[in-house]
Amino acid sequence: MRIRAAGVVAVLTIPLLAAGCGSKDDSATTDSPSAKAATGELVIWADDKRAAALKPFADKFGTENGVTVKIQAISKDQQTTFVTASQQGSGPDVMVGAHDWIGNLVQNGAIDPVQLSTEQKSGIAENALKAVTFNGQTYGVPYATENLALIRNTELAPEAPKTIEDLVSTGTALKKDKKASEILALQVGQNGDAYHLYPLYASAGGYLFGTSANGDYNAKDLGVGNAASVAAFKKIATLGEKGSGALKRSITSDNSIATFTGKKSAFLISGPWAITDVKKAGIKYDITGVPGFAGGKEATPFLGVQTFYVASKGKNKALAQEFVTNYVTTPDLAVALYNAEPRPPALTAAFDQVKGSDPDLAKWQDAGKNAIPLPAIPEMAAIWDPFGKAEAAIIGGADPAKTIEAAGKTISGSIK
Amino acid sequence: MAGRIVKIVLLGLVVAIAVWAAFPLVANEAWIGLALVVVTTAVLLWLYLTPRHIPAKYLAPGTLLLIIFQIFPVIYTASTAFTNYGDGHRGSKDEAVVAIQSASVTQVPGSTQYALSVATTGDPATGPLFFLITDPATKQVSVGDADGLTKLDDATVSSSGKVTAAKGYTVLNAGQASLRSKEITALAVPVDGGAIRSSGLSRAYEGKAGRAYDQTCDCIKDTTTGKTWTADEKAGAFIAADGDRLTQGWKVGVGFSNFTRVITDRSISGPFLATLIWNFAFALGSTGGTFVLGMLVAVSLHSKRVRGRNLYRLILVLPYAMPAFAMLLVWRDMFNTDFGLINNLLGVHVDWLGETTSARIAVLLVQLWLGYPYMFLVTTGALQAIPAELSEASRIDGAGAWQSFRRIVLPLLMVALTPLLISSFAFNFNNFNAIYLTTDGGPFPADNPMNGATDLLITYTYRLAFGGSGAQYGYAAAISIFIFLIVGTVSAIAFRRTRQQEEVYA
Repeated sequence: MRIRAAGVVAVLTIPLLAAGCGSKDDSATTDSPSAKAATGELVIWADDKRAAALKPFADKFGTENGVTVKIQAISKDQQTTFVTASQQGSGPDVMVGAHDWIGNLVQNGAIDPVQLSTEQKSGIAENALKAVTFNGQTYGVPYATENLALIRNTELAPEAPKTIEDLVSTGTALKKDKKASEILALQVGQNGDAYHLYPLYASAGGYLFGTSANGDYNAKDLGVGNAASVAAFKKIATLGEKGSGALKRSITSDNSIATFTGKKSAFLISGPWAITDVKKAGIKYDITGVPGFAGGKEATPFLGVQTFYVASKGKNKALAQEFVTNYVTTPDLAVALYNAEPRPPALTAAFDQVKGSDPDLAKWQDAGKNAIPLPAIPEMAAIWDPFGKAEAAIIGGADPAKTIEAAGKTISGSIK
Repeated sequence: MAGRIVKIVLLGLVVAIAVWAAFPLVANEAWIGLALVVVTTAVLLWLYLTPRHIPAKYLAPGTLLLIIFQIFPVIYTASTAFTNYGDGHRGSKDEAVVAIQSASVTQVPGSTQYALSVATTGDPATGPLFFLITDPATKQVSVGDADGLTKLDDATVSSSGKVTAAKGYTVLNAGQASLRSKEITALAVPVDGGAIRSSGLSRAYEGKAGRAYDQTCDCIKDTTTGKTWTADEKAGAFIAADGDRLTQGWKVGVGFSNFTRVITDRSISGPFLATLIWNFAFALGSTGGTFVLGMLVAVSLHSKRVRGRNLYRLILVLPYAMPAFAMLLVWRDMFNTDFGLINNLLGVHVDWLGETTSARIAVLLVQLWLGYPYMFLVTTGALQAIPAELSEASRIDGAGAWQSFRRIVLPLLMVALTPLLISSFAFNFNNFNAIYLTTDGGPFPADNPMNGATDLLITYTYRLAFGGSGAQYGYAAAISIFIFLIVGTVSAIAFRRTRQQEEVYA
């Protein structure tokens, strides 16, 4: 009996000790902020590459302002992770990501608008600013833009093709001479790729969503499945496997760049992210706009804008606003992020600073001068998958009208 | 004595975990959760401190883990299936209202942007907060709090326009201010036509909320146009009379509508049967194929006449040792029509993943390669457990090698392996990665981008729930309950038959 009493006492004391230690820790972090003065904390989430590039600047911001800045790299599914974590209250204060997340982040109440001064706004490239504007509000500070362009092996194809027909004839000739095995490296894959096809689709007269009077995308005006899209895909089908063979399902996101760097193709339609590999392969290249169909509309690529967001449910919103609106808008940070991955900076000052050392930048910008911002409306999520699959089917030889009309029905069904 | 010490330590740990869990529960005022923790801990302590209830002592840990890791997720999934939880409906109504209001705050057109310092009259950590703002044109400093804005003359202004010191006020540095972030964000200094709010810690702007929540009508009003969006508790959204709905909604219960949607939606019920049949074929083919191949290899390597058996075994296990995730992607590339290893080696031009039959064969081949080492391993283990005397005895009785395998070894193997085959079947029935990473359900018929030839129910429903307008967790949960019922029924039938089989051979 005595032993049992001792046991009970021990059982009761161990947790008390544990609780004692625990509560001591708790009080240090929450109850008395003055005890550890000037250590407000800012948590920033970014992908792996950018997290590394941000680190020195975050540290600088931290020491300048007497706060702790934590950078956390999120390797995968950044958007979903961010939305879910925000909802649970374990999200960051600042999120770095693509601008087309905005619609979904806003409907989930995950980000706050930012208020930029007129000067700050004038320092940002106009189309980048337009891309982060949603329902009339600015939802983040852009720092880099990206768009597709035609990257050309100048040894194989010295002249930039004016139309896609020119490109196909040059490519076919190279193939006949056994100098290349593919006409064009444009990623399609078994399930298509709407983003990479879009310039050709637009050139052939198709559109995804119409725009309303104020320039915003109008989800009620769906362009997939209408007569214009059928006509566009009839043109695209001529480039497909049953046509000239410029577009093939066997060229995927994994091998398109390698096809170009392996000199199997003289042309690659891709974005700034491809350049590092192209340079590594030692290929002489030039960057021009994506050529459109002869007599067609302009082949406008999508403009993607990398953006800093202020999280609505962050614990330190004032500091996050300070960081995003007053620190990210300075060129130094944009230059550092450019050095981490060469995408054209969205800040005009930063762009001017690096364009001297990198002649590609002006070319990217030129190729993207008519780029249209990737639609940020939540309804865009319904487009990607069915549109891509229709693309793959048509390139494989399916009937364009039947296929794209079915895709249109699927998309409008899931938008409602 | 040692046992007693172990008991004390373990029970101490239990209580420590309970105390550790209690703090966040108290902080979040989750009283039901707290009550559960208290009751569970009390029951556990009572159970292990009384000398009675011996069987319960053995059952308690397993039961507890079962509840935490099995029953709780099932209940959670089931309860989610009755809500509209998903993108646009994640939080509570209050959160939606806050999101709508804060998203509607815009800068008053033509208004000034001020340089801002945050100050207090008391202690930097607790004193009341004030905004010290400087007009960039006139350099006039004003002080503001929730009551309004007054001019302030006795202040030192830096070159950037920020107030660095002011009589009667302590200017907070960024570190101090950042600790009071919530109050700073919430502080709005009312002025004519709007309110001055902070934009970070060094700038302030005059903003106006374009939309406001009105409690009396339970609606959101636009402050300029007067348009109203009334709360619809059934849809979990604010909807205007013209059908326009605000994107920020909230989570509500929707009854059985997710379930009826699964049953009545033509895009599901149409291709459901074909998908189900292929799903069974895939699960049976994957399990059966890997088992037959794995068993054949195991049986042939079981013979003592094979030299270097261990080396063979080592090599055969390699596919199992490599991460399936990466291997699936490698296989996908090997099936590429123009650049893939398989077509190049064989000198053919088969559109492997582009045709229904070839794509189905391809995924089964990949499964075979990935799965047979496991079957090989378990069969080898089971073979070694079968006494060699049995086979010898049958040989003496005049049975041939095939007969002895068919009549003696195989039945004994099946007794040991059938439960594994059933669980392998259940796993392959929902083998999401095997399809998602190789074909992603494709090839798709031209007229239906939602349902492909190699789609399993799980990949197909994943696309339905997450491929359209963002994530629809409630809907996905309803679908997964249906899949659970299918797999559960099949497994239950299979286990019942195994029991009969065991009785036959036992």
